[in-house]
Amino acid sequence: MSQLKIIGKPISRDDAWAKAKGELKYADDFSLPGMLYGKVLHSKYPAAKIISINTEKAKQFSGVRAVLTAGDVPHNETVTRFGQSSEVGKGFEGLYRVLADKKVRFMGEAIALLAADTEEIAEEAINLIEVEYEPLPGVFDPVEAMQPGAYLVGEVDSNIIAQFGCAQGDIERGFKEADIIIEDTYKVPFVDHAYLETESGIAWIDENSVINIRVGSQVIEHFRDVADVLGLPHNRVRYRGTMMGGGFGGKEDITVETYLALLTWKTKKPVRLVYSREESILCHSKRHPFIMHYKVGAKKDGKLVALEAELISDAGAYPYLSPWVNLYATVNAAGPYCIPHIKVNTYCVLTNNTFTSANRGFGAPQPNMAYESIMDELAHQLSINPLEIRRINCLTTGKALSTTGQTFKTYVALPEVAEKAWEALGNPTRIKDKYKKVGQGLAIGLMSYGRMTFLHDSSRCYVRLESDGSILIRSGIPDLGGGQVSILCQIVAEELGVPMSKINIYYSDTALTPLAGTTTATRQTYMSGNAALKAAREIKKRLIYKAAQMMNVHTDNLDIGEEKIIVKYKPSQYLPLIEAIKACNADGIELFCEAQFNGPFTMTPDLSNIRGMIFPDFTFGAQAVEIAVDIETGEVEVLKLVTCYDVGKAINPLSVEGQMEGGSIYGLGYALMEEVIIKDGVTLTPSFSEYIIPTSADVPEAKAILVESGGGLGPYGAKGIGEPACSIIAPAILNAIYNAVGVRIKSLPATPEKIIRTLKGQFN
Amino acid sequence: MEEYKIEMKINGERLVATTQADESLLKFLRRNGFFEVKCGCEKGECGTCTVILQGKAVKSCITLALQANNKEVWTIRGMEKFELGRKLQESFVQYGAIQCGFCTPGMILVAKAYLDKNPIPDRKEIKREIAGNLCRCTGYKKIIDAIYAVAEENKKMN
Repeated sequence: MSQLKIIGKPISRDDAWAKAKGELKYADDFSLPGMLYGKVLHSKYPAAKIISINTEKAKQFSGVRAVLTAGDVPHNETVTRFGQSSEVGKGFEGLYRVLADKKVRFMGEAIALLAADTEEIAEEAINLIEVEYEPLPGVFDPVEAMQPGAYLVGEVDSNIIAQFGCAQGDIERGFKEADIIIEDTYKVPFVDHAYLETESGIAWIDENSVINIRVGSQVIEHFRDVADVLGLPHNRVRYRGTMMGGGFGGKEDITVETYLALLTWKTKKPVRLVYSREESILCHSKRHPFIMHYKVGAKKDGKLVALEAELISDAGAYPYLSPWVNLYATVNAAGPYCIPHIKVNTYCVLTNNTFTSANRGFGAPQPNMAYESIMDELAHQLSINPLEIRRINCLTTGKALSTTGQTFKTYVALPEVAEKAWEALGNPTRIKDKYKKVGQGLAIGLMSYGRMTFLHDSSRCYVRLESDGSILIRSGIPDLGGGQVSILCQIVAEELGVPMSKINIYYSDTALTPLAGTTTATRQTYMSGNAALKAAREIKKRLIYKAAQMMNVHTDNLDIGEEKIIVKYKPSQYLPLIEAIKACNADGIELFCEAQFNGPFTMTPDLSNIRGMIFPDFTFGAQAVEIAVDIETGEVEVLKLVTCYDVGKAINPLSVEGQMEGGSIYGLGYALMEEVIIKDGVTLTPSFSEYIIPTSADVPEAKAILVESGGGLGPYGAKGIGEPACSIIAPAILNAIYNAVGVRIKSLPATPEKIIRTLKGQFN
Repeated sequence: MEEYKIEMKINGERLVATTQADESLLKFLRRNGFFEVKCGCEKGECGTCTVILQGKAVKSCITLALQANNKEVWTIRGMEKFELGRKLQESFVQYGAIQCGFCTPGMILVAKAYLDKNPIPDRKEIKREIAGNLCRCTGYKKIIDAIYAVAEENKKMN
C-alpha cells in the first residue's frame, strides 16, 4: 500500500468545529411549533402493588393534552433486543415493560406519561395523578434474592435470570497441584454513566404518518422496538439520531423514545421530553454491582494452576442487557492469564433495585477488579514483583483464552504493554510529608471489540463521489462523542485521495442512512470502518479502471491521492480526479456504493460451558498508577497514571489518546469515588453533589502509550479502544494502595473512610 | 406569576423579553433560542450552562434571569467576536479537547473569563480554574493542553 496521508495523523475531528462554536444541535436543542412537553410519573416505592391509578384530575387540568397508563399502551410488554440479526434464544431475551402494570419493581419505574402545553403545566399536572400503592417487602440483595422462597421481583418463579459457566481442565486436581491457594471475596457497586447530556428527545408525526423521533441513542435499531410497542409496521417509526452528549452504554437501551412516541401518537402533536439529572440517576440503568468469590492456586514459582470464580450480579428490577453483561463477565473472569484448570460460574439476579445494564466496559471491569487484586496478593505472598507475576502467566501470541479456549492467532501484546506501562511510572516519587505514603500498582487486561460472534453482526455504509469532487457519506452510525462519525470521513478521505474538508456525512437516521449497527461493544471503528473502507475502495477501483484507459497505463500502476490519479512510478504524470469523475459520469460508471461488512459468524454457544469463539478479537492493555495515601485522612491522590494499549493502528491518534486518557479517568472515578448508593431500593445519591465524579482537581494528567501492532481486524489493522481503556484502572489503584500502606481494599470505591477504617482494622 | 420585562445585551445584540421572578438565566436563554447554553444538572454542579455575565463566568442555572437585566451576557456563539475566544476555539479543536462537546461551551467560556484576568497561568492554575466544570469524556488532559497552548502564546506575545 502507498503511504497513508490522513490515516494515522492527529487531525481535528470532523465534528469539532460545530461543537467549539456551539452550533451543534443536541437532542434537546430543538423545538417545533405547537410542541407539547412530556413528563413521566415515576414510582415512589421500590416494590408495591398498584391498587389504583386515578388520572381524572390530571386530565382535567387546563393545558393537559394526554395522560397515559399501562392500559393505553398498545403492546405494553415486549422483549428487550439490541439490534441483533440472528436468533439467539430465550436465554438473552428479557421482558421490556413500558409502563408499570399492577406491580412496581423499582423506585423510579415509569407508571404514567403526560403531555401538556408548557413545561410548568406538565410539572404541576403530573402530581395530580393519584396512585394508590400497597407496599410490598421487596428484595434488595442479590444473594438473598437467589434463595428459595425469596420475594419474587417479577412474575416468574425465580429471580435468577441468567447463568453462565466456563470450565477447562480438572479444578480439583488443579488445587491439589498448587503450592499456594488464595481465596477472597470482592465487591463492586452500582455506578452511573453520568453523561452530561441527560436522556432527552423530541418526536412528531410527519406527512407520511411516520413517527419521527429525534433522540440521542447508541442503538437507532430500537425503531423496531418502538414500532412493536405501538403495533405499527417498522417502517412507520424513524429515528433521527443526534450527536450525543456522552453515552457510555447508558443510551444503549431505550431511554425516553417509547414515551415520546406514545405521547406524540396519542396527541398527534410534537412532544419534547427531557430527563432531569435526578431522573437520569434514579430511573435509568446503572452498572451491575457484583459479588465475586475467587480462589486461585499457584506453584511456588508463581505459575498459576487453578482458578475458580463465582460471580453474582445484581440485575436490578428488569433484565435489559443483563444476560449479555454477565456473559462478558464470565468470559473475562480469568483475565489474560494461562491457567490450566478453570471453573467459572456466573449468576444474574433480579432485585427491587434500579435496573442495571450496559456501562462502558460492559461486564469486564467487575471481574477485572477481582482477578487483578488476587494476582497482586499472590505476587506479594510469593515475593514476586507485580510485573514478573504477570510475565510468568500472561497470554501470548498463539495461546488460548483460559475461559473459552479461543486461540489468539494475531499478535498478543502481552507482556509488552505491561512492561511499557510499568517502566513509564519510573521510580517512586519521594514526598517529604511523613503522613503521605507513596505506592505503585499495575493491572493488565483484555477486552473484546466487536459484538459477540453469534449475533451475526454487520454494518453498512454508502459513499458517493460528487461531480465536483466532493464526497457524501451516509451511515447509520451513532456518535456518542468518541468521534465515530469522523473516523468514517477519515477513511473515505484517505481511500479516495480528497481532503477531509471535502467530505460531508449524514449519520444515524433509520430512514435515510444505511444501518451501521450499534455504537456499543467498541465496534464502530472495526465494523463501520470496514464498511466505509469497502465502499470507498469499490469506487476507487472504478475510478482507476477508467483512468487507466484514459492514461493508457495499467491499473496496477495507478494510485489515488491529493485529488489526482497518479502513475506510481512517475508521480509527475497524473490525471486530475475531476477529469476521471467526468469521464466516469459520461460513461455511466457508478461513482456511488453501499457496502456491507460482516463480522465472523458463529453458533450460539452452550451457555453452561462456553467454549470457542465468542468475540471476533480482543484488545490487550496495561494500566499503572502511582498514588499517595494520606494516612491521617485516608485520602488517595493519584500522582501518575499510565495507560498502554495495543490499538492495532491509531486511525486518529488524537482520538485514540482521548479514549485512553478519558477512559482511565472514567475508571479512576470507579476506583475512588463513584457509587450510586441504593438503600432498600431507595437511591440516596440523586445529584452530582452526592454522586461524585472526577473533576480536573481530582486527577493527574493521564499518560497514554500507544502500541501499534497492526494486528487488529479493523481498517488498516486497527483494534477497538473505547471500552478497554477504562477497564483495569480500578485494580491498578487498589494495588497501589496496598503497595503504599499494606491494606487491601476489597470493595469499590476505595473512599477515604474505607481506607482509614481498614488501616485501623475496622473494616473488611 | 408576575411577568417582568427585561433587557440585556447577548453576544453584543440587544434582547428585550419577559421573564418571571423565579426563572433561571439558563431557562430564559434556552426559551429565547440560545440552545448553545447547555443544561446538565440545573443545580450549579456541572458547569455546562456557564455564560459570561459582566465579564465573569457564571452558572446560568443558578443565576436568575432578572439578575442579568441591563447587563451584558456572552455565550459560546459570541466568542468569535474576541481574538481570545477564537484562539480558544481553535485550540480546543486542534488539541482534541472536544469529544462529545457538551461541556465545551462552558469550558471555553470559563477559560476565556480566566485568561482575560490572568493571561499566563501555569497548568496547575488552569486545572484549578476549570474544576467547577465537569467533563466525562476527556479526563481533562487535552482541555488543559488546549488552554495552556493559548496561555503559552500569550506569553510569547508579552
